[in-house]
Amino acid sequence: MQALLHQIFSGIATGGIYASVALALVMIYQATHHVNFAQGEMATFSTYIALTLIEAGWNYWLALVVTILVSFVIGLVIERLLMRPMAEAPVLSSVGVFIGLLLIFNSVTGWIFSYSVKAFPSPFPETSRLLGGWASPHEAGATAVTLIVLAMVYGFFRFTRLGLAMRAAAFNPVSSRLVGIRVGWMLALGWGLAAGIGAIAGMMVAPIVFLDPSMMSGILLYAFAGALLGGIDNPLGAVIGGFAVGVIENIAGAYLVGAELKLTLALIIILAVLILKPAGLFGRAIVSRV
Amino acid sequence: MPALLEVAALCAGYGETEVLHGIDFAVAAGGVTALLGANGAGKTTTLRAICGMVRARGDIVFDGEAIAGRATEAVARRGIGHVPDGRGTFLELSVEENLRLGAISRRDRAVGGDIERMFGYFPKLRERTRQQAGTLSGGEQQMLAIARALLLRPKLLLLDEPSFGLAPLIVAEMFAILARINKEERMSMLIVEQNANLALALADHAYLLETGRIMMSGGAAEMRENAAIRRSYLGY
Repeated sequence: MQALLHQIFSGIATGGIYASVALALVMIYQATHHVNFAQGEMATFSTYIALTLIEAGWNYWLALVVTILVSFVIGLVIERLLMRPMAEAPVLSSVGVFIGLLLIFNSVTGWIFSYSVKAFPSPFPETSRLLGGWASPHEAGATAVTLIVLAMVYGFFRFTRLGLAMRAAAFNPVSSRLVGIRVGWMLALGWGLAAGIGAIAGMMVAPIVFLDPSMMSGILLYAFAGALLGGIDNPLGAVIGGFAVGVIENIAGAYLVGAELKLTLALIIILAVLILKPAGLFGRAIVSRV
Repeated sequence: MPALLEVAALCAGYGETEVLHGIDFAVAAGGVTALLGANGAGKTTTLRAICGMVRARGDIVFDGEAIAGRATEAVARRGIGHVPDGRGTFLELSVEENLRLGAISRRDRAVGGDIERMFGYFPKLRERTRQQAGTLSGGEQQMLAIARALLLRPKLLLLDEPSFGLAPLIVAEMFAILARINKEERMSMLIVEQNANLALALADHAYLLETGRIMMSGGAAEMRENAAIRRSYLGY
């Protein structure tokens, strides 16, 4: 029982990471109807920036904030320079650009920071009596950080003017322009936010999986599975999907298929959901009367 | 009355196809101008050209400033509210969010009061603030679109076939409200309609558009008496 609880809790902790990345994917998907395959590698790059700052003696949390800001700007610049000229391009061209970005980020990360696997520090203590034996302090801390981030993102979109403008621009760009919303900038902000969320996810997962330039490639797949499971057009669904995939993966890895087939399981989830419920568990059909 | 909007030699189109072949017209401040014409005459394109939504050449002077070639969002912020073809509802958002979006480019704090005033004109919207806008009926969505455009606090309201697809009773109610808004708020309007009868009852001035050219213009009463218009557009 203790072991099962432990597996569930660690599943929630990694699921939170998947949920963050899934949310980043959904944010860009909602605005552009494209999945940013480079989301994971961008997050890895951000994590290296954080490591550089921390190794230079910066306080962890200050490094976290600065990394988020730098990542935000990188996301913004990518949208302005690369994606904006692609706005009218066919889907396959955009897919090409995303794959290109993935490879560029991956090799630039390796070139700058080397390909060797590095340990990444956790801001949370090694052990804690508080949590008993069924969760490590890092898992608990990472989950808390993830939940805070998700709550902040939710609050931003739900309760602020800028959040409302960003949602409007994603749903209906033409009408948004007619009420004076600068749609192009809303897209750029979406990219910035997604990159910032990815950076936090990268910093939370790096102490668990260790840091190397391909650290996020598997995580992106799990996140994608989570996003599809919950519904790629529904941010809340994607978050729930991300947590669900984390728990399923951990329990299945421990009791059913073993660690080697964990990633395969994620792919089976993607396929199963696509076959049985193409819109995802929470993906809603838009209600409209004309 | 001085002209609030003056359009001269306006050409516009989509891709290679030109739809408007150099039209001239004006909208008086405080007045209602109607743009009449059959399907495909270029009425919607004219409104889109004013708002920078299509490729256009020519002069558009609004409130003393040349706005031709400006981005759509800049034209909106300059003071032109557009109730678009198809109503442009944010289907996934709530009625209240749709209304707040109308005022999203404003920096003042009077938005709450303005939304209340819109509920005064359109009481049905008040009952549905929390509802997803996509679930409203066509008439309610049209009212929502008008309220949303007015919440921008525009100097000029563009209306693209507000009667389209609605039951006659709803249309009559809506045009009565538009007349009230014109009088009470001194809101200038440029209205595009296939239903010439309705439009001429609301408007004080009208232009007749045929295949991208202005064929006739004059006071609304005068246009109503015109034999050619009666035959082709009024049906009596």
